[in-house]
Amino acid sequence: MNKKVAIIGIGITPFGELWTRGYRDLITDAGTEAIIDSGIDGKDIEGLYIGSMSPGRFSGQEHIGALVADYSGLTGIYATRIEGACASGSLALREAYLAIKSGEMDVVVVGGVEKMTDVPTSSATVTLMGAGDQEWEAFKGATFPSLYAMMARRHMFEYGTTIEQISQVAVKSHENASRNPNAQFPFKVTIDQVMNSSMIADPLRLLHCSPLSDGAAAVVLASEAAAKELSRDPVWITASASATDTIALHDRVSLSRMDSTILAAEKVYKKAGVKPDDIDFAEVHDCFSIAEIMAIEGLGFCKLGEGGRMAQEGELSLDGRIPTNTSGGLKGKGHPVGATGIAQAVEATLQLRGQADKRQIKDAERGLIHNVGGSGATTVIHILERN
Amino acid sequence: MDVGIVGYGVYLPKYRIKVEEIARVWGDNAENIKKSLIIHEKTVPSLDEDTATIAVECARNAINHSQIDPQNIGAIYVGSESHPYIVKSTATIVAAATSAAPDLTAADYEFACKAGTAAIQATMGLVKSKMIRYGLAIGADTSQGKPGDILEYTASSGGGAYLIGRENLIAKILDTYSYTTDTPDFWRRENQEFPSHGSRFTGQPAYFKHVIAAAKGIMKRNDLTSDDFDYIVLHQPNGKFPLKVAKILDFDKEKIEKGLITPYIGNTYSGATLLGLAQILDEAVAGEKILAVSYGSGAGSDAFIIEVTEENEKKRNKKPLKDYINQKEYLDYALYAKFKGKIKGVNLERP
Amino acid sequence: MSKGVAVHWRLIPQRYNLIGTECKGCGQKFFPPRQLCPNCRRSGNITEITFSGEGKIYSYTLIHVPSEGLGFMKPYAIGIIRLDEGPLLTAQIVDCKPEDLAIGKRVNSVFRKVIVDGDSGIIRYGYKFKLTE
Repeated sequence: MNKKVAIIGIGITPFGELWTRGYRDLITDAGTEAIIDSGIDGKDIEGLYIGSMSPGRFSGQEHIGALVADYSGLTGIYATRIEGACASGSLALREAYLAIKSGEMDVVVVGGVEKMTDVPTSSATVTLMGAGDQEWEAFKGATFPSLYAMMARRHMFEYGTTIEQISQVAVKSHENASRNPNAQFPFKVTIDQVMNSSMIADPLRLLHCSPLSDGAAAVVLASEAAAKELSRDPVWITASASATDTIALHDRVSLSRMDSTILAAEKVYKKAGVKPDDIDFAEVHDCFSIAEIMAIEGLGFCKLGEGGRMAQEGELSLDGRIPTNTSGGLKGKGHPVGATGIAQAVEATLQLRGQADKRQIKDAERGLIHNVGGSGATTVIHILERN
Repeated sequence: MDVGIVGYGVYLPKYRIKVEEIARVWGDNAENIKKSLIIHEKTVPSLDEDTATIAVECARNAINHSQIDPQNIGAIYVGSESHPYIVKSTATIVAAATSAAPDLTAADYEFACKAGTAAIQATMGLVKSKMIRYGLAIGADTSQGKPGDILEYTASSGGGAYLIGRENLIAKILDTYSYTTDTPDFWRRENQEFPSHGSRFTGQPAYFKHVIAAAKGIMKRNDLTSDDFDYIVLHQPNGKFPLKVAKILDFDKEKIEKGLITPYIGNTYSGATLLGLAQILDEAVAGEKILAVSYGSGAGSDAFIIEVTEENEKKRNKKPLKDYINQKEYLDYALYAKFKGKIKGVNLERP
Repeated sequence: MSKGVAVHWRLIPQRYNLIGTECKGCGQKFFPPRQLCPNCRRSGNITEITFSGEGKIYSYTLIHVPSEGLGFMKPYAIGIIRLDEGPLLTAQIVDCKPEDLAIGKRVNSVFRKVIVDGDSGIIRYGYKFKLTE
């Protein structure tokens, strides 16, 4: 058994509408960058895990493990795809982490990828709704924004959260994205722009919603022994946890909190032996702005119902008490669903290495990455540390 | 052995359009139309309503009113000229949605606006012969009026359902009689979106001839006159024709006015006679006699002599027609055209 | 969403008549139905029950960017309804003005077309809800 697991290499493509890059181009771009960054050789790699939500629906392509191994020049190695809707990336990271922890492997590459713009927008929307309940939500005409809109409605009803507070999350995400050259939307927006953008599912507007994106990210994981041998600059994954909840939103105990996040957070803090206060920064799953508010509450950065206030008072900004989504988040950076969890790991690694450039936060020692599938049926959390 | 009505239910969509609004679009004189047809407004179905949904709503209301176990229904017949499927029975949908399936017979009927009363006659036969315990007869339509045609002022949507049985009758059906000929006054060929009609030919040789013949025939056979009836309800393609017939048959105006609802909801086609009858039953008391005569183009009329029992007062319908008439929201012509699917080349999918 | 006919057909009792399940072991009622009680699991005792279709709005939204096949309906309201018997379900709320919608308002089920498979496919009917007058 290996005790510790390190990230020894990272790679990421720009996120956006990448018309000239196909599914396999994206993942090999990110993977190659990660392997070069790590300094290892292809023959060192023992396994390949790919997080991808729906290549079958988006590109008609299944059998992703073999495809990526093939186009990465790694034919022969163990390779598989992991799926958990928008949490596919983090689930792949977790599976790779477990493979190393178990002692079965020492060096593993984990990729996350989605190519969403090769199908019409309406078709992509339907595919994403596959993360919800087909028979009892999608059939009734529910869309993903509508599910998060109903969560926002309850949060506003129960806690008095305002649309201004929810909008402030989007303003902050864009501010951070403006400092990230790989972001899909590297520009700032004003709160007026957010609150006057077109209505998607009342009360959520266009600028409260993450976009459809193409993109990929990859990390190289290594056991402690391998990391010490191969890497000068490892970042350690000190805890990994995941929890599930009902597939349909209507079966949840509460719509104003995300129980899978609360449960996974409890587990991950216990494993890492830390408290929410010990976290220096977090990449959280803001597929919709309300989701970030529910995420920081579930992660224990504030009490339930106080997330809106935290956003409004700037506590989540780069210089705030607990900076969230320094990358720009799903909203500003983009959300190629399968890539998102790995992109979060890439951002946290950059912060911990001190390589986050214009968005670098001070004294980053410990970061948390939080990735959600569907309307909260899956949450995956990892804690990454400098030492 | 008595046969009659064990319960009944009605349904009207919520939306309405006024004669003035249709006339504004086609450059007609609204006042002339309102006066000549005696019509003020008509119902319009929601985007997600069709004959099957209307039939289910009124069938459920009828079953609730009767308080019977739907598993005891032995036949469901749905009369309509706007069945959602050409092949696949609306009655199967009603049977499933009322929990009456699967131990029953079911079929769709079509005879222009009298398919609903034809369904009542068929269920009466099965009930009376004891082949079944209860039969559910429905007349429902989302009728089509060609844009700009005079029928557009009246063609509306709605339905009525009647549970026919032998016990606990709220009204006995004492007799039924029909009068049928081959008279092409109004028709719709396969693959045609809208019906065609013979204009003034739909009047005297068609509606008037058949309705009067059926009314006279059944009264003569039972040795009754207009004085023996408290109400008369007729098929009502507009507000005017029934008034004329009542006068010819020597019925006082009050006796026809109670069940004359087309001026406020339009012509609900297969639903029209059944809804007019429901309007009367909603308030009728024991011993009152009703003469009901439908009319279906093509052409034929079904006449019924109905006598109200005490059970009707004990078991008043909790969802009376006037509630549906009063719950309404007006549409302008543009939204009406959208709701009825009359806008061509739309690049959006509709349910 | 699957276009298969059988997918809809096998759910007709639930979609038309709100037939769900109840665990006789713990008394919890389920709609959509569950065949395995999450409280009692193997020791549960699941039976069918029919829900009344009466309930209250628990949350709702007005969808401006519609789901596939519902372009004609936009904007349309969808809600999570708490049935009087306890369970919550997702359904469209029809024949209402957006300003009339609010958490806690009473609703009852109606029978409507939910989705139509183009010009030649089947019509999928099912429950929706409307504000109780």
